[in-house]
Amino acid sequence: MKAKNQRLILALLGLAAVVGAGLLAVSGLKQEASFFYAPGDVAQSGLPLDRAVRLGGMVQEKSIRHDADGITIHFIVEDGKATVPVTFKGIVPDLFKEKSGVVAEGRFQPDGSFIATNLLAKHDERYMPPELAGKMHKTGSLKP
Amino acid sequence: MRVARPKSAQGLLEEIPFRKGGLSLKARPAMHAYANPARFLKLARPLTPVCLGLGLILILIGCYAGLVLTPKDYLQGDSVRILYIHVPAAWLGMGGWSALAIASIVQLVWRHPLAGVAARAIAVPGALFTAVCLVTGSIWGRPTWGTWWEWDGRMTSMLVLLFLYFAYIALANAGDDRTSVSRATAIFGIVGAVNIPIINRSVVWWNSLHQGPSITLRGSTIAPELLWPLGFTVFGFSFLFAAIVLMRMRANLAEAKREARLRRLAAA
Repeated sequence: MKAKNQRLILALLGLAAVVGAGLLAVSGLKQEASFFYAPGDVAQSGLPLDRAVRLGGMVQEKSIRHDADGITIHFIVEDGKATVPVTFKGIVPDLFKEKSGVVAEGRFQPDGSFIATNLLAKHDERYMPPELAGKMHKTGSLKP
Repeated sequence: MRVARPKSAQGLLEEIPFRKGGLSLKARPAMHAYANPARFLKLARPLTPVCLGLGLILILIGCYAGLVLTPKDYLQGDSVRILYIHVPAAWLGMGGWSALAIASIVQLVWRHPLAGVAARAIAVPGALFTAVCLVTGSIWGRPTWGTWWEWDGRMTSMLVLLFLYFAYIALANAGDDRTSVSRATAIFGIVGAVNIPIINRSVVWWNSLHQGPSITLRGSTIAPELLWPLGFTVFGFSFLFAAIVLMRMRANLAEAKREARLRRLAAA
């Protein structure tokens, strides 16, 4: 065997080992590397009550309620599998709205609700001009 | 006549004077046709201004179109326009390391004397564009997500890429060879490539704050009215990147040539 071919095989074996190690590490991190819990995750695995966590999902349509104090809001986060009621006191990001993504930082309560200390807005991968979005909104094809 | 293959670009430069037709490489496979720096430079010299000019023109058109001509986004308003810089920067940060890893394999397996020179030249602009991607992403995150920085999968893996570039540059500068890179550095270049698919898939594998991919093999979720300037800036910055790499390769080869000449003079 020529030395060049030997080196090629060695390099490919090395590459396969590195990629394999990477994939193993990544699959081991499956849970830990997630940025937030979805309502469906908590419904399945139980509430993480012992620590501060993030809860992410879509803000349910017509679920946002404002308290009389003007800065406390209540809304429901859903992911198609489960829902979690969230309470937050503070200023919400501009992109926070119904049928849009949200990531809430805070703690689960024993009753299954969530008290948020900070809200982040999560938008999806679609970008379009307002006219097109308006048209799609009218025909009902702009789905969250 | 079979010529012994030089071990490194440095060695090659010392053995072959920069003269036209200094060495016949006709019998070599096509990839090795440009193993001769003189032949590579003959191509690189006119290619540099072409890449630079084309890149700057495309960037100017793309930026003007992205800032002035395209409509704003229905959700994000005008802040969507940072996309036209952020996406090319991300593409070049990741594409840079991919090219660096391929060059490293070519260096280790085929001992191509220019592969290490190319890998060394790619590292700095690669790190620069990764940093641009992180900074523009942070600026974009503040008005849209409501945060400058979060430790989500995409952002963390992209920051790891920047640190990998820093480590690569440090490792490349640790040896005596200032033209090419050592074999250990090349191995690091290959190992570091494991991060590239992780960055790419981070928004699919894990829940993340960063949205999923907009442009996939199945099409684009960016409306055509907003998408078209992105083509200009992606190709424009890619040509600019190529021009920077060519300039750095030429500068390093010229430096090696100067040092080789000084050594010969000192020996004489």
